[in-house]
Amino acid sequence: MNDSVSLYDVDNPAPVIEPPRARTKKTPRSTRTNFELYGWLFMRLSGIVLVVLVLGHLLVQLVLDGGVSKIGFAFVAGRWASPFWQAWDLIMLWLAMLHGANGLRTVINDYAQRDNTRFWLKMLLYAATVFTVLLGTLVIFTFDPNIR
Amino acid sequence: MSTPTLEKHSAALDAAESTAAQKITVTFRIRRFNPEVSDEAKWQDFQLELDPKERVLDGLHKIKWEQDGTLTFRRSCAHGICGSDAMRINGKNRLACKTLIKDINPEKPITVEAIKGLTVLKDLVVDMEPFFQAYRDVMPFLITKDTNEPTRERLQSAEDRERFDDTTKCILCAACTTSCPVFWNDGQYFGPAAIVNAHRFIFDSRDEAGEQRLEILNDKDGVWRCRTTFNCTDACPRGIEVTKAIQEVKRALITRRF
Repeated sequence: MNDSVSLYDVDNPAPVIEPPRARTKKTPRSTRTNFELYGWLFMRLSGIVLVVLVLGHLLVQLVLDGGVSKIGFAFVAGRWASPFWQAWDLIMLWLAMLHGANGLRTVINDYAQRDNTRFWLKMLLYAATVFTVLLGTLVIFTFDPNIR
Repeated sequence: MSTPTLEKHSAALDAAESTAAQKITVTFRIRRFNPEVSDEAKWQDFQLELDPKERVLDGLHKIKWEQDGTLTFRRSCAHGICGSDAMRINGKNRLACKTLIKDINPEKPITVEAIKGLTVLKDLVVDMEPFFQAYRDVMPFLITKDTNEPTRERLQSAEDRERFDDTTKCILCAACTTSCPVFWNDGQYFGPAAIVNAHRFIFDSRDEAGEQRLEILNDKDGVWRCRTTFNCTDACPRGIEVTKAIQEVKRALITRRF
């Protein structure tokens, strides 16, 4: 261990490596909201609904009636003429986006070490989610099959 | 009258006595860190003669007493009750005093390092303060609304006692909390051990502050951060079903709300 002259000795010990975000006396600032509870519950419930919605979606799009080759503007226009498929796609869009965003939020919370990184990654995630959900909703509601 | 003893040795006792001196050479690969010498941790190998039926702690003692007195580790009772000597042995959190050499393949070097997620102070000694802070934060003591001194014992049925029996076994060794991947990255998470000790009082019929504890664990760094990876259940040297306890707290929170 004494190959080179050490920079450290008894009076001048090396800095220890602190783990990120250690718990201290000041830590427990209870927020007293049920956000995480509802988030956790939402993941379970939306997951069950999404299994049906997504598998049904994949079946209709890729397997039934000639498979993927049938998909075109006319096919989408035909399906969205029915309120049932509009509702299906709308619910699927919202649930899938919120489910995925909440999952990614927990991943960021688990893995981002610095508060700054954590904050900006989540802001990016929220912006992307809001944009996709709003754009998708707008298209479903304002879709015009006679567009030129 | 004294208890009569066996006159003849049993076959098993003979076998045990004849193999008592069968020692093998074991390599201990220990992660050393001494801030008074270097800011970097290093792996150091030690060769020692051990009976495979001895424990890892015996090996560490042998090293400290016969080879290198600077080796630093915590241990107190040496019988799996005090919870001082949790360490990462061959990549898994265990108590050194409950791990037999023969059970962890002595043919290969046995790696020993400090538990993860807490500040290493020297060699195998870590700063347990954040761990105990989380423990204190869940209020691990009996709370009753009646503030008068009790005049008689607080009685409880056998079924009520059974409800939280599993979580009374905790010895606060930190093997579970420091095996949790969420805790490694974010020390703000209460960690399995604190939740286990909250569980012990939440489900105790004599205690009256279950609501308060549930409210604390309902926070963003509470039970909802658990990813059910079961690392804690695997690591617990007392065999507590830690993940199950955490799930029971989650269920209590949900059934309280709905």
